[in-house]
Amino acid sequence: MADERTFFNEMLDETGEPRQAYARLAQWLEDKPANFLTKKSRDAEMVFRRLGITFAVYGAQEATERLIPFDPIPRIISAAEWRRLSAGIDQRVRALNAFLHDIYHRQEILRAGRVPADLVLQNEAFLPEMAGFTPARKVYAHIIGTDLVRVSENEFYVLEDNTRTPSGVSYMMENRETMMRLFPELFQSHRVAPVEQYPENLRQTLESVAPDPAKSNQTIVVLTPGIYNSAYFEHAFLADSMGVELVEGRDLFVDSGKVFMRTTRAPKQVDVIYRRIDDAFLDPLTFNADSMLGVPGLFDAYRAGSVTICNAPGTGIADDKAIYAYVPDIIEFYTGQKPILNNVPTWNCSRPDDLAYVLDNLEDIVVKEVHGSGGYGMLIGPTASKREIAEFRRVLEANPSNYIAQPTLALSACPTHVASGIAPRHVDLRPYVLIGDQVRITPGGLTRVALKKGSLVVNSSQGGGTKDTWVLED
Amino acid sequence: MLGRTASSLFWMSRYHERAQNVTRLLEVGFRGAIISHSGQEDGTHWTFALSCSGCEKDFAQKYDELNLRNVAAFMIFSKDNSDSVRHCLELARNNARAVRTSITAELWEAINTTWIEFNEVNPQTITQDTLPDFLAWVNQRSHLFRGALLNTILRDDGYFFSQMGNFVERADNTARILNTQYWTLLPDSDIVEDGSAERYQWSAILRALSGRRSYRFAYPNARLKAFNIAEFLILRTEMPRSLAHCYDWIADTAEDLAQFYGSREPSLDLASEISRELSEKQMREIYQQGLHEFLTEFVGKNNQFAKQLSEDYNFA
Repeated sequence: MADERTFFNEMLDETGEPRQAYARLAQWLEDKPANFLTKKSRDAEMVFRRLGITFAVYGAQEATERLIPFDPIPRIISAAEWRRLSAGIDQRVRALNAFLHDIYHRQEILRAGRVPADLVLQNEAFLPEMAGFTPARKVYAHIIGTDLVRVSENEFYVLEDNTRTPSGVSYMMENRETMMRLFPELFQSHRVAPVEQYPENLRQTLESVAPDPAKSNQTIVVLTPGIYNSAYFEHAFLADSMGVELVEGRDLFVDSGKVFMRTTRAPKQVDVIYRRIDDAFLDPLTFNADSMLGVPGLFDAYRAGSVTICNAPGTGIADDKAIYAYVPDIIEFYTGQKPILNNVPTWNCSRPDDLAYVLDNLEDIVVKEVHGSGGYGMLIGPTASKREIAEFRRVLEANPSNYIAQPTLALSACPTHVASGIAPRHVDLRPYVLIGDQVRITPGGLTRVALKKGSLVVNSSQGGGTKDTWVLED
Repeated sequence: MLGRTASSLFWMSRYHERAQNVTRLLEVGFRGAIISHSGQEDGTHWTFALSCSGCEKDFAQKYDELNLRNVAAFMIFSKDNSDSVRHCLELARNNARAVRTSITAELWEAINTTWIEFNEVNPQTITQDTLPDFLAWVNQRSHLFRGALLNTILRDDGYFFSQMGNFVERADNTARILNTQYWTLLPDSDIVEDGSAERYQWSAILRALSGRRSYRFAYPNARLKAFNIAEFLILRTEMPRSLAHCYDWIADTAEDLAQFYGSREPSLDLASEISRELSEKQMREIYQQGLHEFLTEFVGKNNQFAKQLSEDYNFA
């Protein structure tokens, strides 16, 4: 596991001196009185609650709207580090879109044997309904959140690609707003690359993939499952900051192959749908017939080219955990270049050799469900009890193809405000990428932090918090 | 604007108005309970609050005793009573949340903070000593909501629909309170000498509709009389809770909406028809028709207007 002695400390070097990017922040932290951050954290929490920046926790009985804990100490990334990261992300998202186009058309990569055909064609996330259809600009995944972890000065790994409906971008924006309110002096002493252009960029991206990009007034909507969805705040936030309607499935209908929204006046035709509902719920006529969230006939209208859905149906295949292991091959196949960012070595438990290794080393590695998310249904060997490992072994043996395994990474740590003062806590990073007429990467992203000492689980549903992430400009 | 958005704005305002109306009824009940001459808590004063909000029967099914604790539990905090303050505030907020993108940050914060602070109140702490302050707080939060709405929201269709919700609810509330107590407002009771029983009911009605002081300005001789009180609350447009005032506002809003959209819908004609009837009516005619019949008919028309509005503008 992340041995407390060997993880990479992003602020301090081996001698305990602040690294260059953190020099000013470290000094500033030292100069502040002991209870300063406690008070500021409380101020921040009040702002978040009043604004309703909450998420819903499934399974919790009462108080289902919760705040994600916000850590007031920013995470800092130098300009040089960011250049390399963004080049790697850019390469990766282009390759994944090329992969999606290929598997829904000629399937060259399967024919070349670089990715096993069964893994794609038998995959639940592969939508045969998308075969032969080409979305505008050949872009499938328009909004991607690439999950990264850092293990040393120069080593970043991609954990997941999140090509379906990545969430959290509203926290990136609100965290920044809150930081600017709490610590204006820090923004004077650091040149922090702004993130406020994200909604504008998102809108440009969506407009650029409209069925008729020449049309001057594109009608864009954000499609939400409704106020009880865990990310509802974000859906409203994005619609609001782009200046577009926030709709539910029942607000839309299809007539003569076109999608309209029900307004107080005449129905209005919709050009682009930024959907925040899963493929299976998009259209009860094509997918899940029981869905109350979707729009009957939407998929046919989409295939007929009268409306663009972002992300495209069927993009889930690109961030499937079983496909993940092949992403380096995918990058080489479509770009002809070596991947800039590393993949975490992954054992595929459906392979007997891999399974045997995993079963022999359960106490040292991380095992994840292929289709799981949110930190549920996974085993972190080094922190699990003997009994938990034994139980997981049984589950794994019963259905090995449902699991992949990875070595436990020593996630880097950042200074974090905790009860005892300031202490290093493990973090990951999710930068947000937009792909349309160009690839736009917002500098920084969302840093998630595991608030419990030694914990490697950063998911908000498991007690993780967030930090503002600063990319410094040269 | 989405039909569903129009609907949510309408109901957001409507539920907020209802929360405030229920609160005022409780204030009247509380006042009656503490000044009752017998010196002990007299449950009958709470009956006024329960019957005006139409939940007397539901209350009786759940509670044996009519006292402050039970009435507060039922009318303020109950999750089962669809007219409790809690339920109204929750639905007002849910509707606001569904249209976060169509309301201002000021308005959202007013609604959201009310809901958060309301939830922090432990019902056990509401006693005879704390109830008045608590009710005053709910009232102030309602005023803050309305103020934030009037001061910050764009004067477009969203504004018009939220006004409709507010005044449809207010008109309904006024008509129901009068109808529950109509027998104390019959002109005959004018001539029953002394009439201290009616006097209590009259001032309760005026208090429940925030009209006790303004009545004295509207009727310079200031004597409480059934005829005047009925006229004040039904026909006088300067009284902000009278039926005539509510429909003045609704009809004006209907005109604005017609102009905004560039077309007239049946609901708008219905609004101006109801408004015209009220402005042409004399109190004497209402008594001739029968006060109870008139009020019952009005509640029906008001409902019909709301229904027509939701049909005309595709409320989901």
